[in-house]
Amino acid sequence: MAMLSRVADHLYWMSRYLERAQHTARLLDVALDMIPDRSPAAVARSWETLFASLNVTPPEDLPRKPRHITNFLAFDEENGPSIAHHMTVARENARQVRELISSEMWEQVNRLYLDVQTTNINRIWGQSSEFLSSVKQGAHLFQGITDSTMNRGEGWHFIQLGQYTERAGNVAALLNAHIDDQLASTQQGADQYLELLGLLRSCTAFEAYCKVYSAELHFEEVAEFLLLNDTFPFSVNFAASQMRAGLESIADLTDTRRNNLLIRRAGRLKAMLDYEQIDELIAGGLRRHLDTVQSLSAQIHSGVHDNYIAYSVEDKLTTLV
Amino acid sequence: MPATSPVATPDLLEHYDAGPAFDEFLGKDRQPRDHYQALYQHLRSLPANELNRRQSAADLSFLNQGITFTVYSNDQGTERIFPYDLLPRILTGEEWSTIDRGLRQRMAALNLFLYDIYHEGRILQDKVVPLDLVYSAPHYRREMRDVDVPRGVYVAVDGTDLVRVDNGRFLVLEDNLRVPSGVSYMLANRQVMKRVFPGQFSHYGVQPILNYGQALLNTLASLAPQHADNPIIVLLTPGVFNSAYFEHTFLARQMGIPLVEGRDLLVHDNYVYMRTTAGLQRVDVVYRRVDDDFLDPLTFRRDSILGVPGLFNAYRAGNVTLANAVGTGVADDKAVYAYVPAIIRYYLDEDAILDNVETFLLTDDKARQHVLANLDKLVVKAVGESGGYDMLIGPHSTAEQREQFRERIVANPRNYIAQPTLNLSCAPCFIDGQIEARHIDLRPFVLTGREITIAPGGLTRVALRRGSLVVNSSQGGGSKDTWVLTGEEA
Repeated sequence: MAMLSRVADHLYWMSRYLERAQHTARLLDVALDMIPDRSPAAVARSWETLFASLNVTPPEDLPRKPRHITNFLAFDEENGPSIAHHMTVARENARQVRELISSEMWEQVNRLYLDVQTTNINRIWGQSSEFLSSVKQGAHLFQGITDSTMNRGEGWHFIQLGQYTERAGNVAALLNAHIDDQLASTQQGADQYLELLGLLRSCTAFEAYCKVYSAELHFEEVAEFLLLNDTFPFSVNFAASQMRAGLESIADLTDTRRNNLLIRRAGRLKAMLDYEQIDELIAGGLRRHLDTVQSLSAQIHSGVHDNYIAYSVEDKLTTLV
Repeated sequence: MPATSPVATPDLLEHYDAGPAFDEFLGKDRQPRDHYQALYQHLRSLPANELNRRQSAADLSFLNQGITFTVYSNDQGTERIFPYDLLPRILTGEEWSTIDRGLRQRMAALNLFLYDIYHEGRILQDKVVPLDLVYSAPHYRREMRDVDVPRGVYVAVDGTDLVRVDNGRFLVLEDNLRVPSGVSYMLANRQVMKRVFPGQFSHYGVQPILNYGQALLNTLASLAPQHADNPIIVLLTPGVFNSAYFEHTFLARQMGIPLVEGRDLLVHDNYVYMRTTAGLQRVDVVYRRVDDDFLDPLTFRRDSILGVPGLFNAYRAGNVTLANAVGTGVADDKAVYAYVPAIIRYYLDEDAILDNVETFLLTDDKARQHVLANLDKLVVKAVGESGGYDMLIGPHSTAEQREQFRERIVANPRNYIAQPTLNLSCAPCFIDGQIEARHIDLRPFVLTGREITIAPGGLTRVALRRGSLVVNSSQGGGSKDTWVLTGEEA
């Protein structure tokens, strides 16, 4: 039997918000960690890059100080797209589908939520890295529990789709936020190395990158790795593969394969990432291509919503037997 | 050496005193009754502190599973764990068989009664039940006149509250014919019990209740409209903020059916559909856990956002089954309740196997005078309420509360009934590290479809406060596992 649209929607958003929470934790952790290595001017610039990467507009009066920014991105539920906010929304979505996810999944998302809720900036300040690591690990654990306890039905595919749609957009936004600094060659030598290191670590990609290339970091190769590599789980291309696979499985399970615009969009995204070359992408304007990636992800997102969640009842009534 | 001798706790019953109430556990000679003997010996054989350890294990198990309910007061809902008592309540096969027959008889009669009052109304014309009593019941639904429901089953799922009084007789305290809850606790209690007292079951010969989910599913399927060969069945919940949401998710999971909310359903051409990712899917049976009032804003309360516009018309057209049917609340009205023995005699020509509690109808002048003069000795209940809300327990009330109820009764006598304060039977409970006597009741669950199915036992509710007679979960009650013995002790 097909899945309730509302249920699919909750699973999809639960997964997106968990991904968003861990992405925020990772970027914040890297930014805090690199403060001692950066000049004061570079630190000031790095906060703006961080906000741009997360697509966040901080309040005007937010002091650009580590502690205030950490509080804003980790705990401020009122003004901020904070980790606490993302976890609350993820857990609320999970709560609505408790009969569908495994008890183990529920317990993990509930525990992670409670861990974030029961602490605050005063408690974690001084050990912020431990806290942010626990968020990342908690999200990884949830993913592992999901993989090992949930059957590979429609619900599972909506969870995958949510996670990788979120990830594709996040990594593309992250690269976008770093282009200017990198291509304008304002930085040389050690400074540039540091920024590229930060970029890779924001996607837990440093070690994986070194295995493919070398510890010598070049923007072109870093961009190639994060955008085009098809085997690394945090690359945009990998995310696109997962999105396309998820959409195909959902189409098969719901008998909506014919003329499926969503699958074509995902195919276009995948083809671009499979066959373009990084030097050509840069020559042709990397930002434009990153914008295309983000816009295709957004189109896939709204297409999922229009096709499976909030479709027009009139259209579907005509296909009733 | 730690003290682990078999008689580590010789004074096990030091704090156990059932007072004047019927004692389920000890006989007149203060010796355990036969069917409690083995449990008692087992408890005696346990090392000191072992019960504490098992109680903690049981509590933790409920906590981790998130088995909670919501209590409403001051407009704010809070989630609580339903307190669980470690010691099982035990009924003999013989005791159960009387209850079982009594419930079958009662449900058969009540379904016939509901059919009758929503059709010809013979019982009203014959003046067995007063006409104005039925038509003035808050839960009487005019809209149900001449609506035919599959197999004539109005009440597919019932939870009848039974109490045991002085001489050990079981009486029916009230019928719950609308959306009774609690069955998930019955099942969860058994699960936890098996975990904390492994081995006790095979020894005792306890009748299983595990197949309740399947029995419920079969019952619902047997009530599907004729057109549905392979009926699609859903559970309709008011949503995550409802006090029984845990139960709704639990039952949907047990039956493997979708848990839907009103916004997932829509009605087109008098058929009900649910929005799925594959398009609109027709729905044939709705096990609804939403009250009549909120089912359909076009027919009932207009401000309801929990319901489905047009649902009632689809129902009238016979294209979807609602379980329970609309309008069953008229038969569990506490004033109509007083007539159930007469209803049984009228339709079945039998005496009621399970007696009612003596009930004063306050519309009767003489009865009302008597009740108003004795408010401090009686229990007063609103006729359309359940869950222990809007209720006065005379002996435990203040003068101020009695005055409030006096005014309410005089203002609207049809809205209240009075009953004597019952001394509910007592059973041993594990409270703060020792075994004490607490008052209990019993809510068995009766399923009516093609046939009547009753899970042996039911939910035993416990008034956890010493001396308290209120077992409702919303008012500080807990529950315990209920064992019905096969009578073939191994």
